[in-house]
Amino acid sequence: MNVFQSVGASTLGKISAVGRAGVMLFGALIAVPRLKNIPLTVKQVNVVGVQSLLIILVSGLFIGMVMALQGYTILVDYGAEGSLGPMVALSLLRELGPVVTALLFAGRAGSALTAEIGLMKATEQLSSLEMMAIDPLRRVVAPRFWAGMISMPMLALIFSAVGILGGHLVGVDWLGVDAGSYWSIMQSTVDWNQDVINGVIKSLVFALVVTWIAIFKGYDSIPTSEGISKATTETVVFSSLAVLGLDFVLTALMFGIE
Amino acid sequence: MTKFNHSKVGHNRAMDHLVEVDNLTFRRAERLIYDGISLRVPKGKITAVMGPSGIGKTTLLRLIGGQLIPDEGDVRFDGNSIVAMNRRELYQTRRRMSMLFQSGALFTDMSVFDNVAFPLREHTQLSEDIIATTVALKLQAVGLRGAASLMPSELSGGMARRAALARAIALDPDLIMYDEPFAGQDPISMGVLVKLIRELNDALGLTSIVVTHDVTEVLTIADYIYILADKRVIGEGTAQQIKESESELVQQFLKGQADGPVPFHFPADDLEQSFFGGGK
Repeated sequence: MNVFQSVGASTLGKISAVGRAGVMLFGALIAVPRLKNIPLTVKQVNVVGVQSLLIILVSGLFIGMVMALQGYTILVDYGAEGSLGPMVALSLLRELGPVVTALLFAGRAGSALTAEIGLMKATEQLSSLEMMAIDPLRRVVAPRFWAGMISMPMLALIFSAVGILGGHLVGVDWLGVDAGSYWSIMQSTVDWNQDVINGVIKSLVFALVVTWIAIFKGYDSIPTSEGISKATTETVVFSSLAVLGLDFVLTALMFGIE
Repeated sequence: MTKFNHSKVGHNRAMDHLVEVDNLTFRRAERLIYDGISLRVPKGKITAVMGPSGIGKTTLLRLIGGQLIPDEGDVRFDGNSIVAMNRRELYQTRRRMSMLFQSGALFTDMSVFDNVAFPLREHTQLSEDIIATTVALKLQAVGLRGAASLMPSELSGGMARRAALARAIALDPDLIMYDEPFAGQDPISMGVLVKLIRELNDALGLTSIVVTHDVTEVLTIADYIYILADKRVIGEGTAQQIKESESELVQQFLKGQADGPVPFHFPADDLEQSFFGGGK
């Protein structure tokens, strides 16, 4: 009986959390965008986007380099090293760019969002906004949400671009693949709608999920040191799992059956 | 036990009260916090709400501010029911009240100046010049005009609370609620806060509610005092009336006795039984 009870209670708890998350996002986004909120959003784009650039650039570069190295050793056996360019570009644009960016974003910016909002709650800053007749959902939550939505697709594209350059560095400059075939076969293989746009759509979906989870976990956290630490961990774990799971679904829809 | 009975006060005097709490019952997660309490906050006065820690004094302020909704009963602000208000009305009403949080709740990413300017920038169309003048005046009132450019992390606890007080009076509210303003303050900061609460109340024509458990400070500044314990109001009156109260509970609270009607021991089973009893 107790097992049923606790399973039921935790299920109900999770369902109601999903409901609260929906209500929170609705409350944040229902408002007519105000001119005053634009500088706030720009500031948050700086915090979550611009300040994530370094980790994105470095990771993108190395992932591109590793891809070229691994790809070359396999392709060269079949004399197909000319296809290194499209291999690197397609893997990055379709999969690694959006997915790895989302995972890094969850770790770098998502956890920071959760901790910041959680601490604002713990130090009564959110309550004090409410008492000043300012809706914290619109003042605090909405700008951060939009900043995530704006930043992540751009970061993913930057990640892919740097990765392609990293692939060029290793494949062409180091291992001696012909530069002309690296670029020209890439150009003829990569399709704008099929590959680039689909990648951007993926990263928009990931941006929604990661930012939403991060903000909600902070907003809904128990305002103690333990509660915030738990919320921060959950943000990274839940959003990473959600990104990987959703990636499969999106890939199946976009590239699965022609 | 109580000095006055509210039912005798009658509604003809309702307009003298800025905040009225009527038969309010509030539960949090099944736990009963308030069981039908009533209190009145007269306009232009300092009303203190005292009681032991953990009985939900802060909850009472949140109920008045409309951040929590009571299970039963009513809370009225200037004659209008907070409970019945829709969101827009509630936000309009909140512009007339402000709250000084225990932690100060200053925005940590802004300087003291910007913190005080914040409500003005959000709610008014004043030019930056006028905002600068207003902020300087408010900071002067709490003695922190020289600290305008500091960040909240650079302030001492007492200064942070004074800066938060300057922010709370930025929009010239009708009501200001102090949540444990004296908690964790050194004697000098305490004296400064007591003086500020009294002077701001009289100079700006505010109505103040002070929630605290610091008996001596409250007895010096409060015009009227409510003592809460055990989910209800156990005593009320002026400082003099409270001091002379015959209630054991009130006396235990005032004198800080360890044991009395509020027991020293958290309810537990019998000591002997639990150590030696084993099975009955």
